[in-house]
Amino acid sequence: MRISEMCEEGSEQVNVLQEVLQFIINALSLGGLYALMALGLVIVYGILRLVNFAYGELVMVAGYTLLMLGAGPIPWLIVAAISVGMAVLTSLLLERVAFRPVRQASATTMLITSFAVSALLQNAAILFVSPRAKAVVTPSFFTENFQIGSLLISKGNLASLVVSLLLLGLLTLFLRRTLLGIALRAAADDFVMTRLVGIRANQVIATAFAISGFLAGVVALFWIGRLGSVGPFVGSTPVLVAFVAAVVGGMESLTGAVIGGYLLGTLTVGLQLVLPQSLLDYRQAFVFAIVLLVLLFRPQGLVRGTAVTERV
Amino acid sequence: MQRVSFLESFGKWSTGLLLVGPLIVLTWVVHLFGGEVLQRILTVLFINLSMVLGLQIFMGNSGVVSFAQIGFMGVGAYASALFSMSPQAKAMALRNLYSWLVPVQVPFVLAVIFGGIIAALVAALVGYPLMRLSGAAAVIATFALLIIVHTVLINWSEVTNGPRTLFGLEAYTTLWVSAAVGILFLLLALWFKETSLGLQLRASREDEAAAASVGINIVWVRWVAFVLAAFVTGVAGALWAHFITSFSPLAFYLPQTFLIISMAIIGGSASVSGAVVGALAVTAIFEGVRSIENAINISALLPFTVSGLTEVCLSVAMILILILRPSGILGSREIHIGRSAGR
Repeated sequence: MRISEMCEEGSEQVNVLQEVLQFIINALSLGGLYALMALGLVIVYGILRLVNFAYGELVMVAGYTLLMLGAGPIPWLIVAAISVGMAVLTSLLLERVAFRPVRQASATTMLITSFAVSALLQNAAILFVSPRAKAVVTPSFFTENFQIGSLLISKGNLASLVVSLLLLGLLTLFLRRTLLGIALRAAADDFVMTRLVGIRANQVIATAFAISGFLAGVVALFWIGRLGSVGPFVGSTPVLVAFVAAVVGGMESLTGAVIGGYLLGTLTVGLQLVLPQSLLDYRQAFVFAIVLLVLLFRPQGLVRGTAVTERV
Repeated sequence: MQRVSFLESFGKWSTGLLLVGPLIVLTWVVHLFGGEVLQRILTVLFINLSMVLGLQIFMGNSGVVSFAQIGFMGVGAYASALFSMSPQAKAMALRNLYSWLVPVQVPFVLAVIFGGIIAALVAALVGYPLMRLSGAAAVIATFALLIIVHTVLINWSEVTNGPRTLFGLEAYTTLWVSAAVGILFLLLALWFKETSLGLQLRASREDEAAAASVGINIVWVRWVAFVLAAFVTGVAGALWAHFITSFSPLAFYLPQTFLIISMAIIGGSASVSGAVVGALAVTAIFEGVRSIENAINISALLPFTVSGLTEVCLSVAMILILILRPSGILGSREIHIGRSAGR
């Protein structure tokens, strides 16, 4: 009797440990994805004070590239690289055509411009592709699992965990060690001063948009891998997530965006476990209520940027 | 001297006459000679005009962008429906409605006013703390508010029938009803701009710090405008609900927000004339392109159905306006006769 009881207790402990590990992996994988989304938004906001609504449509562009080329004979990794490239190109193009002409205008004008650009791209997708979502061929990799002991791990989750950590590391190196990266951080701090010491504004801004597009492209690979389909509105969840993570973490700070992303990922996975089904439907309302509260009580977010912010 | 001051005062009042006169003539002509389609287009135009005016009252005067307006349109629509529907219709459409709400039924006019008041109450409750924010923070906050309202509308199925369509409303809103309300709100917006509160609000738009330094309570004046705007938008939503008669929460989300904001931006949100011009211009673009779209689809000229063309044209028009004339077609000027109409 006693031995079997002890055994049961032991297996329960293993179960708890397993669930905790599972939770950590899921939270880190989703959080990493969210962190990349937020970072792509904040890197542009930091320099231009532009809240880019059209950011989600970069994810959409990469997704449609996956859709068009994915069914062909080209290996998936090359298709993925081309998709990320398309997102970068689109981002640069938007900067040149839509955002550069309104750069001197008020933050509000820029923001509404990005709102219009977002609507334009979504409806162009409706017009030229289809109003409905289409299935994307994704490598079986995303749906496969593998086992360590009794722990079941999804390969897609593990990949997004590793890739997001890797990208965050590379980005940190770029921002700290290269001239362009240092110029970028300086511009986010004080754009006028950065220009005065001879850094070319257009180059810095274009770099920011390129990085933003690159991050959106990478996010698209995993996001669409999870969804298995792409439609005109595929970018709306990523852009909302990026908003929330960025606001919570701090719009002025890149570190803040990353922290906000991981926090939101953990919160999302956690709420799924904790909330009863009847309240789960209201999850989005809860998350955005948190955003409102953060904006009201700590408008600068959890991590304060170095730049002085305007307050009433 | 006497003559100049007469002209000046006429200049101030001429704006109302110049805007209202043509609108009444237009309504009269369409009423007499227009077909049903044209009458419906004009009815929707006046409802949209009311919503743009709501946006103008808050956003135009305060310079703070609000994405939450369409949420208040939804609140007004659902609230007025609960007051105007007969108990039988409610039993059909809203099976799980709270029992004390089922027998409630008031005349249409009252239901519409209640819709506006409830929208204003919601705005008053959640709005006050938000009025501290401006710029990007205000945008994200009001955007969050829109999403919260939308989530509640979708999930509160006792009152809204959830994400499903609510049906069984009576079509009370006629062309003349929506025209009368639109014109009333037009005069309200013109009057509000010139009140002491409106002037304080516009001062805070030009320079927050300077306005605060002369004793203007920015949060308070913004809040009043926000609540008034929510009332106007709520009434417009109520009218729309009794025009379209069946709708779902999806009608009160980003596409409608985009439409109303594009009207305000294209016309110029800082003036009431801009709101009118924007509503007219966008409706013209919208209906024009839509008829082209329909013609293409009916004639089967292309092997697929065309949709989204109207929105594409609208967003291109909006981007061009933002680049070439960021303050809109009319900017902050009002249409007027005479020397001065003020800003």
